[in-house]
Amino acid sequence: MNKFFIVLSQTYLNRLKSKAFIITTVITLLMIFLITNISTIINTFDSSEADRVGVIDTGSYYSPLEKQINMMNADIVLEKFDGTEEEAEKAIEEGEFDSYLVLEENEAEEPSGVYKAETVAEQVTPQVLEAALQQMKSTFAAEKAGVTQEQLNQIDQPVQFEKVALEKGAKTEDELNQARVFVYVLLFVIYFSVIFYGNMVAVEVATEKSSRVMEILISSVSPVKQMFGKILGIALLGLTQYAIIIASGYLFMQMQEDSLTETGFLSFLDFSNISASLIVYAIVFFMLGYLLYATILAMVGSLVSRAEEVQQMIMPVQLLIIVAFFIAMFGLSTPSATFVTISSYIPFFSPVVMFLRVGMLSIPFWEVALSLALLVGAIVLFGIMGAKVYRGGVLMYGKSSSLKDIGKALKLSKREQ
Amino acid sequence: MLEFQHVSKQFGAFTAVEELNLSIPENEIFGLLGGNGAGKTTTFRMLLRLIDQTKGTISWKGERISYDSSHLIGYLPEERGLYPKMKVKEQLIYLGKLRGMKKSEVEKEITSWLDRFKVPEYLDKKVEELSKGNQQKIQFIASVIHKPELLILDEPFSGLDPVNVEVLKEAVLDLKKAGTTILFSSHRMEHVEELCEHLCILHKGKAVVSGNLKEIKRSYGKKNIRIDADFDLSFLKNVEGVLRLKQGMNHSVVQIENEQASQTILGELASKGFVRKFELEEPSLNDIFIEKVGAAYE
Repeated sequence: MNKFFIVLSQTYLNRLKSKAFIITTVITLLMIFLITNISTIINTFDSSEADRVGVIDTGSYYSPLEKQINMMNADIVLEKFDGTEEEAEKAIEEGEFDSYLVLEENEAEEPSGVYKAETVAEQVTPQVLEAALQQMKSTFAAEKAGVTQEQLNQIDQPVQFEKVALEKGAKTEDELNQARVFVYVLLFVIYFSVIFYGNMVAVEVATEKSSRVMEILISSVSPVKQMFGKILGIALLGLTQYAIIIASGYLFMQMQEDSLTETGFLSFLDFSNISASLIVYAIVFFMLGYLLYATILAMVGSLVSRAEEVQQMIMPVQLLIIVAFFIAMFGLSTPSATFVTISSYIPFFSPVVMFLRVGMLSIPFWEVALSLALLVGAIVLFGIMGAKVYRGGVLMYGKSSSLKDIGKALKLSKREQ
Repeated sequence: MLEFQHVSKQFGAFTAVEELNLSIPENEIFGLLGGNGAGKTTTFRMLLRLIDQTKGTISWKGERISYDSSHLIGYLPEERGLYPKMKVKEQLIYLGKLRGMKKSEVEKEITSWLDRFKVPEYLDKKVEELSKGNQQKIQFIASVIHKPELLILDEPFSGLDPVNVEVLKEAVLDLKKAGTTILFSSHRMEHVEELCEHLCILHKGKAVVSGNLKEIKRSYGKKNIRIDADFDLSFLKNVEGVLRLKQGMNHSVVQIENEQASQTILGELASKGFVRKFELEEPSLNDIFIEKVGAAYE
């Protein structure tokens, strides 16, 4: 077997079997399970207790209010209370009601209410009651003015407003909305993956170096094979983790009877309008972004003498990813801003920023191709430099490490013949 | 034949190795001696091509060592280290595979080596659970498990107790018998005297002595006399032909220019008093080392 694959499979399998991997995967799965089942979970906790509200009605508003509340399908049970306020307060203490509402008619002959409860921290019930009263008030006022219910409904109807892109090939609003969510989710995934798996590469290299097993390794495998074996081994690990997460997320969603994805709060995950090419771009930018940063991080990891120094050394690299992420976040609302355009060609930023532009705008292919070419060029450049630094860096042990050591490592690994 | 021809290594302005010429015959144990910073590790690293020499050529059987020949080479680096969290077996399988072995072959070899070092119970232990000395045994196994033609041991005996030094020495001698060419470095003269036929003493990157151990000693010329007498020997310092006098509790050692001087001393002693012991011996490697390097080491 080729040594590259030996390193790759060793890195992959070793990490796959590690507690850290199993635990993070299980926790993520649990979270996905919770999210996909959240409405069921909320219902189980909530359905038992409807808020009971006693109503002291000094006018004749009780029955219209009850009708309105029933129409609103709220979790509130109204009950007419024929006592004084003191008696109502006592009833709350005894647990008969959760709160009570005093309905009165004000000077303008309109309904008004005072809501009283032990605390007013709970927001839903009073809001629902207020909304119901508001509705009643409008209805009464309209009736008084001689407006029919139909006319009233017509007034309430929201205006029709549509945005149409004139540019040929520009994205429609529906597409754009879905693309925005898709890009948003993917930005997080890319950002998180580069930080998480990139760090894993740096730590992996630094551990080998600090445990001094490195010298045996580089005497049997060339640094290039070793470095890329590791980078791709970890990449494979990441893909495995994502595959597990996506597959089980899909399964959980399928298990949901109430078609959460169509009407429920996960409906934003409907990506039916996302073009196949955008998905391909997502994968391409994701992989290339990872490769670029993993290469740099492996290089940096090889300069570290002690495992504790890793964090400090990879900080500057992480900052680059964070900057890229912020540019992209900003670009979500203003994708055509000049500096977004410029940074979509800078290799450190392009994996996220160019992907954002591809997702949000319709840009000519050559722009994407140029950005990809620059990115690939940077990966090759850092790959070559990384392999050299790696070769020298793994033989260097110093009191403390800094990025200045890159120069020293390059000198040490210089081919002189 | 392992050959170094006019090999030099510069690190910036610093010369780590200068004009090194060595020819090491196959199936021999060759010792590389030198204090800290003498250039031993740099020499090994150049040989393994972990770093490139500034000048000169290094060849093994007429060819430059490369990653394609890594299955023929075994290396025990001076910086000891294994994966602390990995089990001995997994570790050796991985390192063995990287040297071109199959998993089943490694497994067979591991068992036989662990038995040989009388530690078969370590097979499924994590490296971090083992003592330093035992970790070193495992690392030694890692460097020889693929039956290399050329074995490079950088300070193989440092940090081991005397019993384990013997175990390891025996293993090294057996490997030589099996046909392995072994190049090792040490600053312990007795190990070199015991194991090597040929050696080279490095000092500040230069080979100060190089060749066959016996010839080196013979050509050194100077001899030692070990004397055990009932009286003070300080007067010997003034005798002609005496270079150095080291007086100890039980006996004293006198270094002399040549064999002839011993007879003069013998005459002087006889007239002084009772002599229990008078022995003419070959110079120790330590003497040679100290003289050549100009400073005592250990």
